[in-house]
Amino acid sequence: MSVLSQSTKRGSVLIVGGGIGGMQAALDLADSGFKVHMVQRDPSIGGTMVMLDKTFPTGDCAMCMISPKMVEAGRHLNVDIHTLAEVTSVDGDAGDFTVRVKLAPRYVDADKCTGCGDCELKCPKKVLSEFDQNLGQRKAVYSLFPQAVPNTRAIDASQCLCLNDPDRKRCRLCEKACKAGAINYNDKGRELELHVGSIILSPGLDRYDARVRQELGLGRWKNVVSSIQFERILSASGPYKGVVQRPSDQKHPKKVAWIQCVGSRDNHNANPWCSSVCCMYATKQSIIAKEHDKNIEPTIFFMEMRAFGKDFDKYVERAKNEYDVRYQRAMVSAIREEPGTGDLLLKYASEDGRLITEKFDMVVLSVGFQPHGDAEQFAKTFGIETNEYLFAKTSPFAPVKTSREGIFVTGIYQGPKDIPETVMQGSGVAGSVMAMLAEVRGTEIVKKELPPEKDVTGEEPRIGVFVCHCGTNISSTVNIDEVVNAVKDQPGVAYVTNTIYACAQDNQDMIKQTIKEQNLNRVVIASCTPRTHEKLFQETIREAGLNKYLFDLADIREQCSWCHKGQNEVATKKAIGIVKMSVAKSRLQEPLQSETVGVTPACLIIGGGIAGMTAALSLADQGFPVHIIEKDPELGGLIKHVYRTLDGLDVQEFLKDRIGAVNEHPKITVHTGVEVKKTDGFVGNFKTILTDGSAIEHGAIILATGGVEYQPTEYLYGQTPNVITQRQLEKTLAEGGSPGTGKRYVMIQCVGSREEPNQYCSRICCQDAIRNAIAIKERNPAAEVIIVYRDVRTYGLREDYYKKARDLGVIFVRYDVDKKPQVEQTGSVIQVRTWDYMLDRELSLTADWLVLSTGLRPHPTTEHVGAMYKVTRNPDGYFLEAHVKLRPVDFPSEGLFVAGLGHAPKNIDETVAQALAASGRAGVILSHEHLAVSGIIAKHKRELCMSCLSCFRVCPFGSPYIAEDGKVSHNEVKCMGCGICAGICPAKAFQVNNFRDDQILAMIDAAVESEPGVVN
Amino acid sequence: MVDGAVTEQTGVSTIEKPREIPEGWEPNVLAFACHYCAFAAADLAGVMRLSYPPNVKIIRLPCTGKLDHIHILRAFERGVDGVFVAG
Repeated sequence: MSVLSQSTKRGSVLIVGGGIGGMQAALDLADSGFKVHMVQRDPSIGGTMVMLDKTFPTGDCAMCMISPKMVEAGRHLNVDIHTLAEVTSVDGDAGDFTVRVKLAPRYVDADKCTGCGDCELKCPKKVLSEFDQNLGQRKAVYSLFPQAVPNTRAIDASQCLCLNDPDRKRCRLCEKACKAGAINYNDKGRELELHVGSIILSPGLDRYDARVRQELGLGRWKNVVSSIQFERILSASGPYKGVVQRPSDQKHPKKVAWIQCVGSRDNHNANPWCSSVCCMYATKQSIIAKEHDKNIEPTIFFMEMRAFGKDFDKYVERAKNEYDVRYQRAMVSAIREEPGTGDLLLKYASEDGRLITEKFDMVVLSVGFQPHGDAEQFAKTFGIETNEYLFAKTSPFAPVKTSREGIFVTGIYQGPKDIPETVMQGSGVAGSVMAMLAEVRGTEIVKKELPPEKDVTGEEPRIGVFVCHCGTNISSTVNIDEVVNAVKDQPGVAYVTNTIYACAQDNQDMIKQTIKEQNLNRVVIASCTPRTHEKLFQETIREAGLNKYLFDLADIREQCSWCHKGQNEVATKKAIGIVKMSVAKSRLQEPLQSETVGVTPACLIIGGGIAGMTAALSLADQGFPVHIIEKDPELGGLIKHVYRTLDGLDVQEFLKDRIGAVNEHPKITVHTGVEVKKTDGFVGNFKTILTDGSAIEHGAIILATGGVEYQPTEYLYGQTPNVITQRQLEKTLAEGGSPGTGKRYVMIQCVGSREEPNQYCSRICCQDAIRNAIAIKERNPAAEVIIVYRDVRTYGLREDYYKKARDLGVIFVRYDVDKKPQVEQTGSVIQVRTWDYMLDRELSLTADWLVLSTGLRPHPTTEHVGAMYKVTRNPDGYFLEAHVKLRPVDFPSEGLFVAGLGHAPKNIDETVAQALAASGRAGVILSHEHLAVSGIIAKHKRELCMSCLSCFRVCPFGSPYIAEDGKVSHNEVKCMGCGICAGICPAKAFQVNNFRDDQILAMIDAAVESEPGVVN
Repeated sequence: MVDGAVTEQTGVSTIEKPREIPEGWEPNVLAFACHYCAFAAADLAGVMRLSYPPNVKIIRLPCTGKLDHIHILRAFERGVDGVFVAG
């Protein structure tokens, strides 16, 4: 804990880097009472994830997931985004840092720019698009990608014709095109000084420049592309609009090869670490490519398939079996272009050692991650230590803490990792910061003062319609005057006008003024999409005293003018129809009140292992009472049997320290030897009865039920004392056991993992084996260790230890699942027979000790706990999170979170990060005195309800429930407003606010009225 | 009498005969789209300036699970030629 007192601590936080990890931290912190400054080098936030087409292993669209988060961060009252910005100095100490930030000139005034893009259309200068990885073009005045946040263009000074003319006289076309007057060629940039309590570093990653590997031909052969280029090729908004084609001749490739580990796992001319994600993204890219074009025949050249994450092995199996992806275990030594055809000849050695040359139409190089080029200077600026590879230095026990107090790290800057782990760390740093700055929570946030709401009940609708030109974006295709004329006589419409930019500040003021002058009680704005602008306009009318739900946005830009360019007459007719539909809905709109519910600021944590204790300490430091429920007589969980981390830290010392801290913390109550008997309630208001009869009231729940080790039945385990598990070997080694000279340890990997019915990787066993093997070799180099493995999965920076083990003389022999090792015992001798693919013959090994690397299973209580809290589990029995990418610690039902092995197998550092994330997510809820319920929810009319339970069965959030009178009731706090209940209810007892059936029917009628079909 | 209507006298419905499609006729299509995916996709089509025929209008739903039989029936009853549900 910091020694600074409250008076000197700051309630604001600086986040350096606006990728998905930084954004998650920003939203969690800003939603729980902290002011956030986000500094981003690029002109938009988004980072790497926005460049991806889809994500593994679910195939979700990356942009569809991240875009709402970007919009949320961009619009958040307590998140200030500084783009084109870099931190130049950091002074002060934890709790009170002074940070200087340099903002490069944007040449576009963000306060005036409406994001309409007229400037970009007029700009004559085309340059290669870095976002599309040089496969496409952009203009000199540009936005990084269509969904950029902030939605403000920037001028690329190195390319702009005007800025490169000393007299500033050339071109200036964007200035002329901008009706908002936002272009400023004299922008000099500026400097900022920020005072913050804490700093979060999430600068993201750079990619290995594969042009260095000349033998692979990137930059030389046109049809060799990097994996990030291939993401852009796959993207529907990319340079080829999602058509898989070759850069050289736009031909559709048939045979496509992926080459793994380009720039990774290579000590000689690249990076020694494993980049953790390439095996999976190559699998994803091959599947998606095949979905785009079924004629594609993908081949992935790899060394080891590292599908170590949740459901990853199943994904690879699907790729093999359903998509015919060929996985070829080989390193490609050289790629040559066949003259004239653009085809590529790949040279590699097959597994039996034959040299093969194979022809492909296109090659994708799976490039790895590395820290940014300026990582050394970056670390100096913030005064933090790095490891030898320039990643931020952290400990497995505190994975988001840097060496400087008050400065935290998330994402790839801490080590290579995928999106969910980055998001987990994002929430994890948020949790850590909440604990560190607990007493100044809420001191620096901005709150909006609003006028009282005008009561419009019983009034006839007086709708004001504002039709936006959006510069020329709408008006060049849609005749605005015609639209105005067509709606002015619509029933309920009291006032219609047009506006150049409805979203510009001066026009917002005009709208507010008009609402008052014309005594309007409903507003329709015909402009752009509600997905980005609805909240803005809702706030505007609320500021004018109208309930924010008396508003509708008619999208005549994205869904009309932009896609019907040049068809002015029909586009105008369609726009009229769209506005009439909105007006029809608006007439039936009612003011909606958002209910609020109180929050009990306490948390219940089920499971007293390392996940439960870490989350408990973080929440308790945030100031919330915490109850840990542990069914064993003592705290500790599975980690009680672990002695050392891979990098040699003392786990038992750490555990002792944690248990001590938990027991001493005044805010934590530990209930051992008990389980949950009964539970009830909803977010903010849970009540739990324990088996000892005690009752606890709390606002959030963390399920940290943990896991158990698989008890093997194979390989003579239990039949002879010389067949042991890695855990048993670890204990012997920890107790000082010394391996004898000439003694041979044979280790078999994947015992009980990666095979039906447990088709998943247990993630920790490769490292357990390598850690024990290193310990044996270090104590007695004359002892022999042979690891019989399927794929060595020492992902990320763990790869160093794989190398160390090999250097120490540990022998690795690969086996295939359909040719598993055979173990026999004759007398006291254990004989292991396995096929050696390198020698292409069977090996027979005599083992003094046979050590089995046994996998993990979810704790047996997971089933019971899952059923009690109505949370689903995956086929392997692990809890299923709300979303595998962006909500890795949430459940679909609000107020419930997951951490640790109950979610999936993971290492200690990952468990700690997820536990901190759960504490951050729970902290967001518990920091509110009241939670506001959205206005857009389903309303239940009990008098119409027949309690048929249709809604009860289909609701994904569990909001309909059976009340004490035996009939269905509806908990509006849990409702997310999806309306599935309304769709299925035969009695129409459910109606969704603002999407009521009468409103939808009115829209249908209006749509037809404006465009009657052929009816006789 | 319109083909396909229920005659008042008999209460028996007649099956509508396929019509000749008039020259240059374009169907009037109404789409119901989920706010989170299909509506977003329609927005992206605009952002990318992809062109498609203008005779389709979109009604936004919080989820396509909200769609009700009566919405589709009403659309056809009012003379819409096609209903497109995307989510």
